[in-house]
Amino acid sequence: MAEKQMNETKGLMGWIDARFPLTSTIKQHMTEYYAPKNFNFWYYFGILATVVFALQILTGIFLTMHYKPSAADAFASVEYIMRDVWGGNYIRYMHSTGASMFFIVVYLHMFRGLIYGSYRNPRELIWLFGVAIFLCLMGEAFFGYLLPWGQMSYWGAQVIVNLFSAIPFIGPDFSEWLRGDYLISDATLNRFFAFHVIALPFVLAGLVAVHLIALHEVGSNNPDGVEIKKKKDPKTGIPLDGIPFHPYYTVKDTVGVVAFFIVFAAIIFYAPDMGGYFLEANNFVPANPLVTPAHIAPVWYFTPYYSILRAVPPILNSQFPGVAMMGLSVMAFAFLPWLDKSPVASIRYRGGLYKKWLAAFVVSFVVLGYLGTVPSNIWGQFSAGMPIIGGADRATVVARIFTVVYFAFFILMPWYTAKDKTKPVPERVTY
Amino acid sequence: MSDKPNDKKPPRKPRAAVNKADSEISKPVQSESPLSFDTSAVDVEKRKFITIATACVGAAGALGIMAPPFVGSMAPSERAKAAGAPVEVDISKLEAGSMMTVEWRGKPVWIIKRTPEQTAELAKHNDSLSDPNCDVTSQQPAYCKNASRSIKQDIAVIIGICTHLGCSPSAKMQKGGDMGDAWTGGFFCPCHGSKFDLAGRVFKGSPAPTNLVVPPHQYLTDTTLLIGVDKAEA
Repeated sequence: MAEKQMNETKGLMGWIDARFPLTSTIKQHMTEYYAPKNFNFWYYFGILATVVFALQILTGIFLTMHYKPSAADAFASVEYIMRDVWGGNYIRYMHSTGASMFFIVVYLHMFRGLIYGSYRNPRELIWLFGVAIFLCLMGEAFFGYLLPWGQMSYWGAQVIVNLFSAIPFIGPDFSEWLRGDYLISDATLNRFFAFHVIALPFVLAGLVAVHLIALHEVGSNNPDGVEIKKKKDPKTGIPLDGIPFHPYYTVKDTVGVVAFFIVFAAIIFYAPDMGGYFLEANNFVPANPLVTPAHIAPVWYFTPYYSILRAVPPILNSQFPGVAMMGLSVMAFAFLPWLDKSPVASIRYRGGLYKKWLAAFVVSFVVLGYLGTVPSNIWGQFSAGMPIIGGADRATVVARIFTVVYFAFFILMPWYTAKDKTKPVPERVTY
Repeated sequence: MSDKPNDKKPPRKPRAAVNKADSEISKPVQSESPLSFDTSAVDVEKRKFITIATACVGAAGALGIMAPPFVGSMAPSERAKAAGAPVEVDISKLEAGSMMTVEWRGKPVWIIKRTPEQTAELAKHNDSLSDPNCDVTSQQPAYCKNASRSIKQDIAVIIGICTHLGCSPSAKMQKGGDMGDAWTGGFFCPCHGSKFDLAGRVFKGSPAPTNLVVPPHQYLTDTTLLIGVDKAEA
């Protein structure tokens, strides 16, 4: 087939095609990649994640032209970018807002996968690559957050690196090795800079590539969760419910990208710190290793897991169980393809039981996310006379309940998806 | 294009074509071998062994030669180690009932001089502590595993970093006050509410799992402390 195409193109394209598979690649991934024709709103977030990734790299390159990764200069160089570099404040806010927007679109992208069963056979590897991208993204966000060298940067890194010391046996040595010092210091900042601007972006780009290669191998899922490849035009071999990605979805996605940029610009112009959710107030104070701010919390996209960490009490004088649960809460997504025993993929044909569990999961994710942003005594304490929970922080008890719900969604999934009453799935996609 | 068998074909085709062309020129080809030359004379076992041996030596070489500089380079550098050197502190001016903070390895180290009442108080609230007898041995040197968690009964040396997640607790040395009537003096972590007594021992119900760390230290003279080294090491 490749040889055939070489003869088809002439002129410059012909010259290139004889040396590089340009035409065939465009056909394979764009003009003859057939995507289901019933994509809806939820299918914007994959392309939006790609757009934000590109934007982060672009703004990141321009930030590194002025930023200085040393404990002595970092904070001042960020303020220099904000005040003295022409357009520097916009570039910086694009990058910091971009981080939060990255997580918003990725969470919505993952939710799409959840409701339409996009993680199921034959798309398990796409999903696993996606989980790896998500982990990588969390690392990228964490390393990047230290760079402004504010109080939150410093103490956030202190808390997270200390999580590793809770690992039995190797923990303390490992976190010392990670820091390159006995505390978060210049050495730590310097290496986090290296991870943030070189190591992880490379890994991330590679993972995005394999995520897409795997996707184009098996084809996209759709809101009905039916395989369009099962019904093909007998003459052409093209799926009856498929339309070429280009021009149909490139044009459609452009509309979504424009709409996204309207929201993005509004945030950058009018609320770049989002009331302390995208950029925390304490991070406008330079790092001070001897004074901890009165309240430390991670940025919003980490708070559900942070809540789980806080909710799990120390067991046998070790905080490792909390750390392990936090790790599991992220890794749990990787097991979804094997936990889901339902005969149908899409939420459209699932029964009430699954919908209730999904709703409970979303609620617990949001509540845990909120609780992670506030101190654990925010709702006061239960009166001392109450049995079991007497004297305990109300918010901690609520966080514990929702932590159980969060994990129950995963652990009980084989049971409730198998037991659930499903509706008949149509032969072809609907709208 | 999206058809699976068709997708697979293009990359394979060229190689098959080449093989066919070669086989026409050189006839004695083993039909199963993908190679175009006669492989019957090859000692397959020996070749397999050499391949595996080469791979092993290569892997060991990559690990042994490449890993140490990269892994090792991330450990604290000589400069960082030097900066982590022991700190000498003059405590002659420290008054009973007060504390001072010095920096050792960038961490706050508290030196607390307890009044006799405060020292006596330590033995009275053992029931409300998670680890009253300092059984978690990593939290203090062996010579401080005693009732006052110190070398001298009245002077405590404690790293002021919460064992929960590394914040620095605030001193609440006085009885009562905003800590409630039952409070007999100690430390309160603003991050997650862990409470410690004046020997750095954690109260039950705190998120912090263990007592605050007592760093290795020794007295050079009666009023000079050296923080960072045990007596045996010095």
